[in-house]
Amino acid sequence: MNLSTLLAQIINGLQTGSIYALVALGYSMVYGIILLLNFAHGDIIMVGAYVVYYSITRFAFHPLLAVLLAVAASVALGVTVEKVAYTPLRSAPRLSLLITAIGVSFLLENGAQMIFGADTKSMDPIVPGSVAIGSVTISYAAIITIAVSVISMFILTRLVNSTKMGKAMRAVSEDMGAAQLMGISLNKTISFTFAVGSALAGIGSVLYLCAYPQASPTMGSMLGIKAFIAAVLGGIGSIPGAMLGGFIIGLLESLISAVHLSMWKDAVVFVVLIVVLLLKPTGILGHKVQEKV
Amino acid sequence: MTAPLLKVEDINVFYGSIHAIKGISFEVQEGEIVTLIGANGAGKSTTLNTVAGLLRPRSGEISFMGESLIRTAPNRIVFKGLSLVPEGRRVFLRMTVEENLEMGAYTQPAANLKADLEHVFELFPRLRERRRQIAGTLSGGEQQMLAMGRALMSHPKLIMMDEPSMGLAPILVEQIFDIIGSLHREGATILLVEQNAQAALSVADRAYVLETGRIVLTGTGRELLESDEIRKAYLGA
Ligand SMILES: Nc1ncnc2c1ncn2[C@@H]1O[C@H](COP(=O)(O)OP(=O)(O)O)[C@@H](O)[C@H]1O
Ligand SMILES: [Mg+2]
Repeated sequence: MNLSTLLAQIINGLQTGSIYALVALGYSMVYGIILLLNFAHGDIIMVGAYVVYYSITRFAFHPLLAVLLAVAASVALGVTVEKVAYTPLRSAPRLSLLITAIGVSFLLENGAQMIFGADTKSMDPIVPGSVAIGSVTISYAAIITIAVSVISMFILTRLVNSTKMGKAMRAVSEDMGAAQLMGISLNKTISFTFAVGSALAGIGSVLYLCAYPQASPTMGSMLGIKAFIAAVLGGIGSIPGAMLGGFIIGLLESLISAVHLSMWKDAVVFVVLIVVLLLKPTGILGHKVQEKV
Repeated sequence: MTAPLLKVEDINVFYGSIHAIKGISFEVQEGEIVTLIGANGAGKSTTLNTVAGLLRPRSGEISFMGESLIRTAPNRIVFKGLSLVPEGRRVFLRMTVEENLEMGAYTQPAANLKADLEHVFELFPRLRERRRQIAGTLSGGEQQMLAMGRALMSHPKLIMMDEPSMGLAPILVEQIFDIIGSLHREGATILLVEQNAQAALSVADRAYVLETGRIVLTGTGRELLESDEIRKAYLGA
């Protein structure tokens, strides 16, 4: 393998990795705050993808408008699911919550199949074209994806570290009872967390379509699982961990493909996950999650 | 006597089928330090957590400045001016000292933050030195100071403290009680829960003794310090 192939594969890896990272952030933030593995999170991306697909192919909207609509739809859906399905289970055992999330995931996938049909909807590339830098060809889609992800993650980090709402999120995720004693509203803070996670998923859905311009009812589950693994690998509950995990999985996949072992891609990802968890059960950047009261 | 700041009337609190608080009533007047003392498991924390809204009484009434708190969410209760320093401190271990204090100021306008931080740092100079440190790296005594400082950031009209001396070395216990005394002189109203009856009764204006969910004795701090019953049961004399 020569250097330019390697560079091209690294850029590929960063492109998919940044999508995984954006989606992994939603898993990690929600887990951090209510200890829920939100299996419906991947399906939010699927809904976002259909919104983009129809906005562009049916209504011929400008891609930027399509992006805004996808983000808005994802946020509305994520917060609705939280309010309708998860809030009533706030003090129920976590297992009930997990089963509910799996149910919501089925509901969204089957609902999409009913509304949009079971077939895969393909569209023209949203961002065609590429640029050659030396002997390496980089697609505009890759550049946009990496740039948008990095900017989103930067904004998210600022939000969580420096704003009042972000600090309240961290307080709730550390100790719900103590957070309430500060005057922090759990309902508001948890909904906000879902809104932010879903917005990132919405952005992720658009970037995913830039890489693979097709939507199908089950597209969210594979992407969701990859992102979930990324979140666990990085340390579920940790925001930098989710970002790191996403990039690691993306790079790993593309480098394995580069050495023509792509049929082993998923197996290698799982092996890496297992090895990391054996060495550090909380994930690379994870901290111990204490029982919530 | 003026209307009490906090009035608790005949509350009953359950954990499932466990009847933890069996009809207790007490009140706190503005400017007072009132203490609830009692052995481990007597129901002291349950009482404070119920006043703070974290637990709901099955019956009875709690009013604060004449308004019922029975149906108020715990976070709204803080906005009304009632703050709890919980048992075991419960500071946010992964946040810095300053961020913990900012969380304490959640109910306050951002413009007051600087002055309020300054006030807390004057009371607890140790916290100023460690303002950028992660709270999880503080010692137990420093964490207790942080928990108290954090509660003060919301300008409470009544501050409730659940065993602030728990697990601290004697010298630190003394320091914590000195601070409670000076808060009192500044005019703070304090509801103090303690197992350390000696220290609590020495600073308190009035005290209630709790035994298995019931109030069995009440009086001024001095009266109880001198009572034979108390000396035998709680002061090891
Ligand atoms: N979460 C809980 N579930 C069941 N019982 C509890 C719980 N918390 C406290 N109790 C019981 O309620 C009683 C009062 O406890 P508590 O208020 O914590 O006492 P104290 O603070 O005076 O030590 C005890 O008998 C205790 O075992
Ligand atoms: Mg207690």
